[in-house]
Amino acid sequence: MKMVTAIIKPFKLDEVRESLGELGVTGVTVTEVKGFGRQKGHTELYRGAEYVVDFLPKVKVEVALADELVDRAVEAITAAAQTGKIGDGKIFITNTEEVIRIRTGETGAEAI
Amino acid sequence: MTEIFQLQYALDTFYFLVCGALVMWMAAGFSMLEAGLVRSKNTTEILTKNVALFAVACTMYLVCGYAIMYGGDTFLSGIAGDGVADDWTYAPAADFYFQVVFVATAMSIVSGSVAERMKLWSFLLFAVVMTGYIYPMEGSWTWGGASVFGMYTLGDLGFSDFAGSGIVHMAGASAALAGVILLGARKGKYGANGEVNAIPGANLPMATLGTFILWMGWFGFNGGSVLATASVESANAVAMVFLNTNAAASGGLIAALIVAKLLFGKADLTMALNGALAGLVAITAEPSTPSALQATLFGALGGVLVVFSILTLDKLKLDDPVGAISVHGVVGLLGLLLVPVTNDGSSFSGQLIGAATIFVWVFVTSFIAWYVIKALIGLRVSEEDEANGIDIAECGMEAYPEFTSSKS
Repeated sequence: MKMVTAIIKPFKLDEVRESLGELGVTGVTVTEVKGFGRQKGHTELYRGAEYVVDFLPKVKVEVALADELVDRAVEAITAAAQTGKIGDGKIFITNTEEVIRIRTGETGAEAI
Repeated sequence: MTEIFQLQYALDTFYFLVCGALVMWMAAGFSMLEAGLVRSKNTTEILTKNVALFAVACTMYLVCGYAIMYGGDTFLSGIAGDGVADDWTYAPAADFYFQVVFVATAMSIVSGSVAERMKLWSFLLFAVVMTGYIYPMEGSWTWGGASVFGMYTLGDLGFSDFAGSGIVHMAGASAALAGVILLGARKGKYGANGEVNAIPGANLPMATLGTFILWMGWFGFNGGSVLATASVESANAVAMVFLNTNAAASGGLIAALIVAKLLFGKADLTMALNGALAGLVAITAEPSTPSALQATLFGALGGVLVVFSILTLDKLKLDDPVGAISVHGVVGLLGLLLVPVTNDGSSFSGQLIGAATIFVWVFVTSFIAWYVIKALIGLRVSEEDEANGIDIAECGMEAYPEFTSSKS
């Protein structure tokens, strides 16, 4: 099993959710996050005084997947979240040792 | 007593009370404006300050404020009787009610300037002195008609301040300025190399609502200051005051919005809001004699001035989170100086002497009061409390609590 963590532009969340849904993904966890990459921040003015927005708002989507779904999920996320402009985000894939469904106690791929 | 007089008496009293209620509502406007322009971690405390200062002002004015300003009984005895004996057309208690909400307005101006770093109880202690003594004294020299310590009488010198650009607004700002000087800037506002850092407000919808509430309340503030409405003459005057008050607010907002766009490249909402209030303050000293065009231009002048004043105060490292010193103080002075343009009964020299009298008195006495409070219990919260937000430090609760547990 893998954990696919995608950092995406917030306005792309709906499209990513839909494309994952089409793959049969039954659950995702979404967090509003802030950060920077190559896009860096930008400068704004408030009442004539500058302030630097170092960290830009992004959405973190976490999906636990059975191994065979990972490639298609990555394709789906990439296709849905891509604008071609700087700041589109990244996808990280990590191993997941175990998954347990709290309600029933099921474990492994059954619990995803 | 003729029936027609009774009708006039009833109508003028009723008008006075409704206008007073509108001015009371301005306390809500200040609360929302200030709550919107501070960071969310200081919301509960600024709201507490605003409701508490209103109650303190109303109580202190009953204890001694009204008596100092206009004479009469003290210590919560109230104001009773009918106004016929005094040749008025309204009830004396209505006069008290209308006056007391002005005191609260003056005090509300102070709370925004010292926001996010002052101790709650130090502020409320100052509110007692300000509303019970400092404001009533300068009020007695102006609207009260008394001489300034027996030296001169402002009315005789051609001083005129219709609804209080100087007496209320500049007075509040003078007290705020003294407080800000002794209190210092919010941590992080000014950098070591002279840079000015922005500390954006947490809730601009709330600040906008607050401005609209103030704008609405101002019709009572200026409109009620005609003191009557039950004759063709006074009804016309009231209508003109409403018209001009609205025109000046609009002129101020448009001017500030355009100036902000030209200076910063973007339409800064908070400057536009300050611009509307600046327009209102600018017209408050004389809303009855200007034409609609003049009122719009006076307001616009206030709107331009307020933006540059806010930028200048930042250069001087006087940290005023909501811009109250600029809106009410600098533009309040402008309002006073614009009176002779349309009102032949006033003079520039009279306005200058009046403005100087109000400023020197309120600034000096406030400075002393703040200084004594600072020596006794301190003005400023600890650095750690400021960083964590003074909601928890002073009030023990957040405005928007999350992750709380009911377990004890």
